[in-house]
Amino acid sequence: MQIWAIQTLNSLALGGLLFLLSSGFALIFGLMRIANLTHGALFMLGAYVGATVMAAGFGMLTAAASSMLVIAIVGGLIERLILRRLTGNPQGQVLATLGLAFIIADFCLVVWGGDPIPINTPDMFQAAVSFWGLTFPMYRLVILVISCIIGIALYLLLEKTRLGAMIRAGVDDMQMARAVGIPASQLFTIVFCLGAGLAGLGGILGGPIFNAYPGLDADMLPLALIVVILGGVGSLVGTFIASFIVGFIYSFGIALIPDLAYVILFLPMVIVIAFKPTGLFGTIRT
Amino acid sequence: MKKTATLLVVAFLISIPFYSGEYYINLGSQMLIAAIFASSLNLLVGYGGLTSLGHAVYLGLSAYITAWLITKLGLGHAQTAVIALTATTIMGMIFGWIALRATGLGFLMLTLALSQIFWGLAYRWVSMTNGDNGISGISRPSPFGVNLDDSNYFYWFVLIIFLASIFIISRIVHSPFGVSICGTRDQSKRMTALGFNVWLIRWITFVLASFFGAVAGLLYVYFHKYIHPTVMSITSSAEALLCVIAGGAGTLTGPIIGAFLVMILKNYVSGYVERWNMLLGAVFVFIVLFMPSGITPWAAEKIRLIRNKFE
Amino acid sequence: MSNALEIHHLNKSFGGVKVTQDLSLTVKPGERRLIIGPNGAGKTTLFSQISGEIISDSGSISVFGKDITKSPAHLRAHVGVSRTYQIITLFPKNTLTHNVALAMLGISKHKWSTINKLKADDELFVKALELLDQVGLKHRANMLISEISYGEQRRVEIAIAMSQNPSLLLLDEPLAGLSHDERIIVRDLIIAIPKKTTIIMIEHDMDVALSFAETISVLHYGSLIVEGDRDYVVNHPRTREVYLGH
Repeated sequence: MQIWAIQTLNSLALGGLLFLLSSGFALIFGLMRIANLTHGALFMLGAYVGATVMAAGFGMLTAAASSMLVIAIVGGLIERLILRRLTGNPQGQVLATLGLAFIIADFCLVVWGGDPIPINTPDMFQAAVSFWGLTFPMYRLVILVISCIIGIALYLLLEKTRLGAMIRAGVDDMQMARAVGIPASQLFTIVFCLGAGLAGLGGILGGPIFNAYPGLDADMLPLALIVVILGGVGSLVGTFIASFIVGFIYSFGIALIPDLAYVILFLPMVIVIAFKPTGLFGTIRT
Repeated sequence: MKKTATLLVVAFLISIPFYSGEYYINLGSQMLIAAIFASSLNLLVGYGGLTSLGHAVYLGLSAYITAWLITKLGLGHAQTAVIALTATTIMGMIFGWIALRATGLGFLMLTLALSQIFWGLAYRWVSMTNGDNGISGISRPSPFGVNLDDSNYFYWFVLIIFLASIFIISRIVHSPFGVSICGTRDQSKRMTALGFNVWLIRWITFVLASFFGAVAGLLYVYFHKYIHPTVMSITSSAEALLCVIAGGAGTLTGPIIGAFLVMILKNYVSGYVERWNMLLGAVFVFIVLFMPSGITPWAAEKIRLIRNKFE
Repeated sequence: MSNALEIHHLNKSFGGVKVTQDLSLTVKPGERRLIIGPNGAGKTTLFSQISGEIISDSGSISVFGKDITKSPAHLRAHVGVSRTYQIITLFPKNTLTHNVALAMLGISKHKWSTINKLKADDELFVKALELLDQVGLKHRANMLISEISYGEQRRVEIAIAMSQNPSLLLLDEPLAGLSHDERIIVRDLIIAIPKKTTIIMIEHDMDVALSFAETISVLHYGSLIVEGDRDYVVNHPRTREVYLGH
């Protein structure tokens, strides 16, 4: 029983992290129609930056804030300097983000070396929590809670603020949005920064679970793609739910049938794209 | 003009083993194999307009099937080649059917997903693939009694297959079918209205691409006598994509030149610069930003301008 | 002889919006039919359902007695349906000859050939040049589509449509965006099309359109509201209402 409970909590925590990773990807794709293949690398960079901050003696909170900020800036630079020049060339944008993913991944290798960097669970969350006669590692609960809070915050942002309204309008119909005067240029940069920042945050928060290691980007990116495909683009709720579905499939899959982990992970995605291209909840065809 | 140039290049390629050291001859073999692989992807990306991030799966499947049949079952080379090529092409037919349920990003992700599934299987299904250790001990064939362990003979063997493959691909792209593939890339809705079965045209292109990818895989595993899961990684597919894009998608010589350049970069640069991946990425970004049609059209354009100046 | 086009109770919705409402229409062989109506009336959507790009929700479409309602889009050219587009969708990086030859290839079995080169002196290209001559563009045959003027592109659209020897030709705003002189050229081209090709045209240029049409159908919000010859339609109160709002 204990094992199942732990696995469930692991799945939920992973789901939360995937949500942080994928919501950014979904936002960027929904608004700008760019499949940001750099997203996994941004997640990894967030983990590395956060690890460095913590190694310098600061706490997780500072590390998380720094990661978010730094990665958001990196995202902004990518959008302004490179992606902007490729407007109207979706294939070019995908290839450029692929190239950038390679650059960032190798950069991390240069700066931080090939050995995984351990990231410690913050002291105050190191304990275990007991309820229902079972014990759970507290940090995973914390991740779950934080992701839910961010999820709600994103929801409020999208539904209740002017910025959110502009984003939703852009996701629905960019041409029309431009026509009514929505500043596409600034909006794109803001959303890209936001998406990148979320990925970076996911990276450092996931640090105590994954650590920071070369290849983290290649491990995370396919998961983000699966979440977005399953959940559909244009629906925050879809991304949220799909994140947890994938979290469960991955966690239990790795634990139960490691040989076929990739198959059970990708097969639902293949089925969804092939037979329901708008995803389980989405409104936009990929 | 073009015919003489082609003959000169072919003559040059044939002559290389007569005056080059073994290192260069082997490099030449690798470049030709990469050129076949890039050309196969080009059918899909350049002519068909369908960007795939999972083409390495055909190289890998063909290589692994060959490796497994030779080392585990002890089958002969002719048999294994036929089985590997057929089985991989059949997988291409199935993958093509799945992937073509979507276009654009969906297609990209499906091709990525399908290749990732097999990459994962190659790593995890250790009983079949030896996982991270890879399969070694693959022997080269001896067609007509010729010993292909000799690097000269192996080079000429690869060269013959390279020339045959490029010849066939060139016939295909210049034929009415080839013209219709380009049409589906440029205006697919119009093509449908004009009476072309766009899905079928794309599917056939996909299958052809997987076949030639399988051919490259066969040569690859003969060359290295060893196969490892990284051959099916995203990096591997991305490198092939770079060859096509950098060289010039949608042209016959583009991917060949792209493959040659990428292989040279890989072999020389990785001697001086450890950062192959970063370079790969930087070249990608550079080409996409400044030479989007690829090096061959860019160079052709420059040559044309120079010619015009002299006339 | 069966009707060139028979549409019965055609319906199509996108989301909540009904773009074609219980539409029934009959066009006789050799007829010159004009379809008019304010923007949003569903004229192009109707064309798209006839050419197969959009699948109707219910109803039937028959061309010369053949029911094509469920027929896949790429087979419609083979039963003689040809159309031009409001927005030009030619192949910009290819020559005019190539464009026309490609169109002819669409309905030929030759298109599956993978062995032999499509040569410049192929029968296909010879015929393509003839067609370009008919629309007065033979002298531009080797230029790229992107290099010729908009008016000339419109003429190529017609050449392409005619190259398939259609029995039913759908012209979607063939005069859109043309200068006065260009309109006359294109109008004459359309008038010169032989009677064996039935023509249905969507047009807003009333001068040309009204002189060309034998019968006019007026569409409004996806429904057919008035149909008849020119005088009948022009003087009908509903036509005025729909165009003038009262």
